[in-house]
Amino acid sequence: MRHTISIIVENQFGVLSRVTGLFSGRGYNIESLTVAPQDDKNFSRITIVTTGDDAVVEQITKQLHKLINTLKVTDLTNEDHVERELMLVKISCNSTATRSEILQIMDIFRGKTVDVGMKSITIEVTGAEEKVNAFLDMVRPFGIKEMVRTGKVAMLRGQKPGI
Amino acid sequence: MQMTGAQIFVECLRQEKVDLFFGYPGGVLLGIYDELYNCDVKHILTRHEQGAVHAADGYARSTGRVGVCLATSGPGATNLVTGIATAYMDSVPMVVFTGQVPTSAIGNDAFQEVDIVGITRPIVKHSYLVKDVLDLARTIKEAFHIASTGRPGPVLVDIPKDVIHAKCDFVYPDTVNIAGYKPNTTGHPGQIKKVVDYVRDARRPLLYVGGGVKSADANEELRQLAHTLRIPVTETLMGLGSIDGYDDLAIGMLGMHGCYAANMAVSDCDLIICVGARFDDRVTGKLSEFAKGAKVIHFDIDPSSISKSVYAHHPVVGDIKIVLGQLLEELQKHDIEELKKGHEEWIRQVAEWKEQFPLSYQQDGDVIKPQFVLETLSKMIKGKNVFVTTEVGQHQMWAAQFIQFEHPRKFITSGGLGTMGYGFPAAIGAAFANPDAIVIDVAGDGSIQMNIQEMMIAVQHKRNVKILILNNGFLGMVRQWQQLFFDRRYSSTDIEMQPDFVKLGEAYGATGLRTNKIDEVEGILKKMLETPGPVIVDIVTAREENVMPMVPAGASVRDMILTD
Repeated sequence: MRHTISIIVENQFGVLSRVTGLFSGRGYNIESLTVAPQDDKNFSRITIVTTGDDAVVEQITKQLHKLINTLKVTDLTNEDHVERELMLVKISCNSTATRSEILQIMDIFRGKTVDVGMKSITIEVTGAEEKVNAFLDMVRPFGIKEMVRTGKVAMLRGQKPGI
Repeated sequence: MQMTGAQIFVECLRQEKVDLFFGYPGGVLLGIYDELYNCDVKHILTRHEQGAVHAADGYARSTGRVGVCLATSGPGATNLVTGIATAYMDSVPMVVFTGQVPTSAIGNDAFQEVDIVGITRPIVKHSYLVKDVLDLARTIKEAFHIASTGRPGPVLVDIPKDVIHAKCDFVYPDTVNIAGYKPNTTGHPGQIKKVVDYVRDARRPLLYVGGGVKSADANEELRQLAHTLRIPVTETLMGLGSIDGYDDLAIGMLGMHGCYAANMAVSDCDLIICVGARFDDRVTGKLSEFAKGAKVIHFDIDPSSISKSVYAHHPVVGDIKIVLGQLLEELQKHDIEELKKGHEEWIRQVAEWKEQFPLSYQQDGDVIKPQFVLETLSKMIKGKNVFVTTEVGQHQMWAAQFIQFEHPRKFITSGGLGTMGYGFPAAIGAAFANPDAIVIDVAGDGSIQMNIQEMMIAVQHKRNVKILILNNGFLGMVRQWQQLFFDRRYSSTDIEMQPDFVKLGEAYGATGLRTNKIDEVEGILKKMLETPGPVIVDIVTAREENVMPMVPAGASVRDMILTD
């Protein structure tokens, strides 16, 4: 089963490699990983999507917590949480007709045009992973020249204490 | 007051009350080594960095204090890796210092540069690269704190050359505050209470005890618990000595080479109370068959140990000494007679197994059986201040089986990693830490050759270290596996050529003794114990003796092979 794990770590060099090394050293899989500093620059938040049964994920969270620079580890999977992913995708379009068709689809998905050229159009889409995937499926027939996804970021809803 | 990094280093060791440490100098460390003239912290020059790290480990295991070692950058640092991994697997408190090329040269493939923080990342509890002399004192304080608290382990501090020479004001912090590191030492009162319910429901409970009891110095609490509730105690290799081996509740070691009674008790009990152990695969054998009908209570300081391989019905996280103390206090509120109902019957059953299939061997003819040597030694050291270390192999298992340990910390062996070459330098470390004791390294003729060079420091410092070689001319444990599972094809396990160990000892300035006669064994062991300073004893033993009982890897512990 897929799990989304949120980790607050001290913002020091080497911390990310301790986290990823823990996954590789124990044979756990990382599906996506995002990391960036918090408002308080002393801390960073890492969001990892991983797969494993309950026992494996329990070990992952315990082992992550054991790292000295780790403050908090939360498995968001079964908690009420919000999650988003951002994608930039450069789509082929050689004609005006194609372009307007792509823009129409983009509107439905509430995307944004970030760049337009003679032979391509680059669109930004954010949302839940399924939505990003659905958009990608819609525009794939036009030809995808290039794409990049951030991987999932997620946090608990509402006033729950902690992260 | 302004100090150089080297002065800060030495001052920090003094503040941490480090009386001695082990190391090997090199280019980037010259500043620190020069500073050693100006202090009373004793540095022991080993002959190999691996010797230094194992000696620090032996020092730590025999005392419970943090072991310290120092090596230079590059190859000096990489030579420490085996010793760091050994300490990590067995949760030994240790601070390892390495020199590093100047910060300006890091990443340039400079001479003797290696990313030792990167190389050791999977085998340390934590590590630091100190990039600014302003951070040095605080880092060292944190390193000692992390190494010795919670589940102990090795911490590496990598110090670049320019940091060693840079100056700043020396401030040693009084306290450590690491946001992400607050080990939980006290057990949750609700969880402690619930342990009693499990005990009340059990008729055949078993205490399964590991190295965590020694780490926490909780042997007295453990003894009290066992005797209050009348629960038999089986120990892991790392746990030996947690309860007096002569105690009527002590069963002995369990697992792959554990005794029959211990493995039967594990298989038949209805409650396992695991204390500071981790259900290692050498203990459990086939997981799905392990203690099938038993509920499992797991006491551990490290939450990630709990339910890692065996599901714990009831976890109690905390320092073993504290949580056992809490449990003993809780027990006072209950009717003890009710709690230990049925236990005497269970103890009788265990005793019956013990009697039925004791650890045994056949001493036939004149060929010396290694078990006989260790059994004899065990009787001779009873009640004496003697530490036993081991290398790794058959001799290690025989030592675990046939020597009775009365106290914790007296048996020092590489459990988790199984490091050949560990025992002798560890013995030297233990001997430095315990100058009044005798330290015996039980060795095989294979293992002892892995770090024999450290004989020189034992002689130089007149340490009371004895090497007892059980010499069968084989890499015995591997040969045993080849015999049992590879149709006696002894590929590369017959040592064929080996040095004259007596002369080798003498060449270093130690006393060398040898025998191949059974009636000389007792005399030679007596002489070994009575001769001051380092002694090497070469006892020629049966070539193809096997360690029994044995649970084949992956089999259930019920399916022991009892004899050859």
